[in-house]
Amino acid sequence: MRDKRLHYKTPLLQTPFHPRTSAANLHGHWAAWAGYQGATDFGDTEMEYTAVRNAVSVYDLCPMVKYEISGTQAQDYLDRLLVRSVARLPVGAVHYTVWCDDNGKVMDDGTLFRLGETEFLLCCQERHLPWLLDSAIGYDVAVREVTEDIAALSLQGPCSAQTLKAAGWDVSTLKPFRIAEVSFQDKPLRISRTGFTGDLGYEIWADPRQALALWDHLMQAGAPWGIRPIGSDALDMVRIEAGFLIAGADFVPAEQALRPDRVRSPFELGLDWLIDWEKGHFNGRRALLAERESGASEWALVGLDIAGNVSAEGAILYHGKEREAGVVTAALWSPTLKRNIALAQLRRSYLGPKSEDLWVEIYAMRELNYVKLMVPARVTQRPFFSPARRRATPPEDF
Amino acid sequence: MQSFDVAIIGGGTNGLACATRLAQAGRKVVVIEAAPEVGGGAGTVEFAPGFRVSGLAHLLHMLDPRVARGMALERHGLKLAASDLVTAVPGPAPLTMRGVFGKVQGLDPADMEAWQEMQARLTRFAGKLAPFRAMTPPRIARKAGNDMLALARAGLSIRAMGKDEFREFMRLFLINIADVLEDDLTDDRLMGLVAFDTTLGAWAGPRSPNSLLGLLNRISGGARLALPAGGMGSVASAMAEAAHAAGVVILTGQRAAAITVGGDRAVGVRLDSSEEIAAGRVISAICPRTTFARLVGPAHLDTGFLRQARGIRARGGAAKLHLALSGAPEFTGADLRARIVIAPSVDAVETAFNPVKYGEVPKSPVMEIVLPSAHEPGMAPEGQHSLSAIVQFAPYNPADPDAARAEMLANTLAVLEKHAPGIGKLILHAELLMPYDIEARYGMSGGSWHHGDLAAEQMLFLRPFAGVAQYRTPLAGLWLAGAGSHPGGGISGAPGWNAAGALLAEGGQ
Repeated sequence: MRDKRLHYKTPLLQTPFHPRTSAANLHGHWAAWAGYQGATDFGDTEMEYTAVRNAVSVYDLCPMVKYEISGTQAQDYLDRLLVRSVARLPVGAVHYTVWCDDNGKVMDDGTLFRLGETEFLLCCQERHLPWLLDSAIGYDVAVREVTEDIAALSLQGPCSAQTLKAAGWDVSTLKPFRIAEVSFQDKPLRISRTGFTGDLGYEIWADPRQALALWDHLMQAGAPWGIRPIGSDALDMVRIEAGFLIAGADFVPAEQALRPDRVRSPFELGLDWLIDWEKGHFNGRRALLAERESGASEWALVGLDIAGNVSAEGAILYHGKEREAGVVTAALWSPTLKRNIALAQLRRSYLGPKSEDLWVEIYAMRELNYVKLMVPARVTQRPFFSPARRRATPPEDF
Repeated sequence: MQSFDVAIIGGGTNGLACATRLAQAGRKVVVIEAAPEVGGGAGTVEFAPGFRVSGLAHLLHMLDPRVARGMALERHGLKLAASDLVTAVPGPAPLTMRGVFGKVQGLDPADMEAWQEMQARLTRFAGKLAPFRAMTPPRIARKAGNDMLALARAGLSIRAMGKDEFREFMRLFLINIADVLEDDLTDDRLMGLVAFDTTLGAWAGPRSPNSLLGLLNRISGGARLALPAGGMGSVASAMAEAAHAAGVVILTGQRAAAITVGGDRAVGVRLDSSEEIAAGRVISAICPRTTFARLVGPAHLDTGFLRQARGIRARGGAAKLHLALSGAPEFTGADLRARIVIAPSVDAVETAFNPVKYGEVPKSPVMEIVLPSAHEPGMAPEGQHSLSAIVQFAPYNPADPDAARAEMLANTLAVLEKHAPGIGKLILHAELLMPYDIEARYGMSGGSWHHGDLAAEQMLFLRPFAGVAQYRTPLAGLWLAGAGSHPGGGISGAPGWNAAGALLAEGGQ
C-alpha cells in the first residue's frame, strides 16, 4: 500500500475511474469535489450537455458521500433523522429527502435507498458522520461511511436504457426511483433509476475493483449512441433545467453557516412537501411546526424566467428595480428550452402580487467592460424541464 | 390508570418542595420515588447496628427560607440538634469559624484585619447574588418573557455598590479562590479552610478557574450551619409530612421506567411495575441527563438537544465516610460538637484534587467531619460515636473501583489518625461511599451531588444547559425541578420551589 505519509503530494483523492477519466479529460479540467478530483469538463461542455439531453452520458459519482445504515431499528432511526416518512419507503426503492437540525434548518438533502427491511444507503453532498452517529444513540443501528467502498456512475440520457440493454442489463421494466440487482462478471451490481438530470437515467453502484472494467464495458455498449463522459459543468446545466438544488450552492447547510440568518428551513427551500407530520417526532419537528403555525418563513426558493439571453448567475433580485428582494443562486440560458432560467432565494414577502414587479440586475462582462442590465424576471414553475421520458416505463427507444 | 394533574419523578427534597407548592395551589400531585423512603440525598441511615448518620448530605445550611416557611417544616416535625455550628480547624494552634463564613478566632492581628475586610466584601457580593436563587433564570432570547423588573433590580443593586466595589466585583467574579486568599492572607489554617469550603462538592481545586463562584454560592445560600435532629432524614420526613398535609400522594418503592409521550407531549409516567400514571404535567426532579437519555429517550428529542443533555458535566469528586466508633475520638484542639475541617492549606486542597483528574486516589485527602452522636442521643449506642465525613477528592472513574475504594479508605484513616491519634483503634465499622457508589445508591449521574457540576458554565441560564434553564423542556408538559436546575443542589428545595412557581406562572397552558 502507498505510504500514507505522502498524502500531501496528492491533496485530492482520485476515484476508481481516474485512469479512464484522466485519459478522457482532454484539457485537464478538474475541480475539488468533497476531497476528490472531479472533472469539470472533458473538453466540450456543450457536447456533454447535448449527450445528456439527446444521447447518453456517463458521470463519475464516486465522490458523493455515502452512508450505510443498518440494524433492527434502522427505520425508526431514519424516521427520527429525516423529515420524510421512511416507513413508507418500500424495499428496493429510493426517495429524495432532507434533514434538519434542532432549529428546523436544513443540514443537507440526499437520496435514501432502501436495500432491505433493515438496510439503507444514504447519499448526500456533505459529510455528516458525527451527526449521524449522535443521532444513533439509543437505537440498534450501525452507521458506516462507505463512500470509498462503492464506485458509482451515473448513466443519463434518452438512450441510457438502450445502452444498459446493450450492456446486457435489460432494466426496461424498472420504474423511476426503483432499484434492480443484476450481475457483472459474476459479481452483484446495483442499478437504480435515479439521477440528477431530470432525464431518463440510471445510477450504477459497483465494487471499486470492477470500476475500470465497468467503465470500458459501458463505453463499448453505448458507443452506437455516442456515449460520452461529462463533467460537473454540463451536469450543472441539466440540473438547473431539472430544478434540483445543490447544498452549498442554492442553500448553506445549517452546520456550515457562519451567519445566523443564512440557514434555511424546508419551507424556505420549497421542500416542505417532503415533511411527514404524522410519523411522530423527527429532528427539528417542533421548530418546523412553530414555523408553520406562525408563518415565520422568511424566504422562498423560486424558479425564475428572465428576459433576454444573458445568464444571471449571482445576480441580485429587485422589487420595483429598487428594493433588494433576493439573490439568484443558479442560472442558465437553457439550450433545450431556449429560455433564460434561474433558481433564486426570494424574500417571501415578494411572493404573490409583488412578484409581478421583479427585476434582475445582471453584470455582463463584455471585452473588459461591464454591461449592466436590469431585466424583468417572472416567478415560474419548477422543474423547468421535465420530459415524459423521465417517467415512461418501459422507456421508448430513441 | 390513576390520573393526576402533575406527576413528579423523584421524592428528594426538590421533588417534595415542588409537589407541596403545586398541591397548595390546588393541583392534584403524585410523587414517584424509587427508594423505599423519600428524601433522596437527604436521608438518615443505620450503617452499622445502632449507629446512624445522614446518608449523604449531613449539614443543613442552604434550606431556602421560602421552602421552610411555605412547607411549615418546623410544624411538620423538623427540629435541629444544633442550629449554628462552629467550624474547628484542629491542630496545636486551633482556629475556629462561626457559621458558613462568619467570625474567625485564632488569627494574628494582621491577618485578622485583612480577613475581616475580605469577609465583609465577599459576604456583600454573595448577598447581591442571593436574589437570583429565587428567580427563574433569564433566557437569552427575544421575547423570552423574562422578569425584567426583578432582573433590573438585582443588576442595579450590584451596580449601586459604587464604582470601586462594582469594579472589584467584576474582577473577582470569575477568579479562583487561591489567588484571592493568597493576595491578602498568610494564615494557612484559614486559607485551607476557605479553600476547602469553596470546593466542597465541586469538581474543582482552589486554583481551578472561577472557583470563587463556589464560595459565593455557598455564602449566598445561608449563614448558619445546622444539624437536623435525627439526621437529614428528618428534613425529608418533615417535607413528606408537609406534602401529605397539602394532599400530595407519595408512592415509594416505585421506579419510573419511562415518561410516556402522546401527541408530542409528556402525558404520564410508566413505572417499572409497568403500571401507568396519567398526568397533565410531568416534572422530573431526578438528574436531567437520566431524565432525557433514559426516561424520555431519543425518539422524542432532537439530536442536538440529546447531545447537550448527554454533555452535562456531572463529575462527583466527593466520597462519604461513615465510622462506628467504640468511644470518643480526640481531635487535637477541636471540640467534638464542632464541624471539623481537615484541610491544612490551599496547597493541601489543590494537591488532593490533582490525582482525581487522572482517576487516581489522593495521598492525603481533605475532609469535613461531623459527629451527630456528640449532639444528640440515639445516633450511636451510649458512650459510642458515629462519625460522618465528606472526603475529597475521590476519583469517579478509577481503573479498579474496589482497589480505589480501599486505598481511599486507608489514606483517609491515615489522615484522621494524624489529627485524632488513636481513632483507628476505636473503629468498629467503616463504610466509604465513592462517587460511583453514590451514583449507584442515589441515582446521581457521575456521583455528582448537584446532578451536574455547579460551575460557571453550568450556572443560572446555563443550568443544566441553555434552553431548559427555565425549568420547562422542549417536550411540552415535561418540566425539570431537581438539583440539576438552577440554583443547584445542597438540600435547599430551591430548584423545586422555583420550578413549581414557573409552572404555576405558566397557568393553564
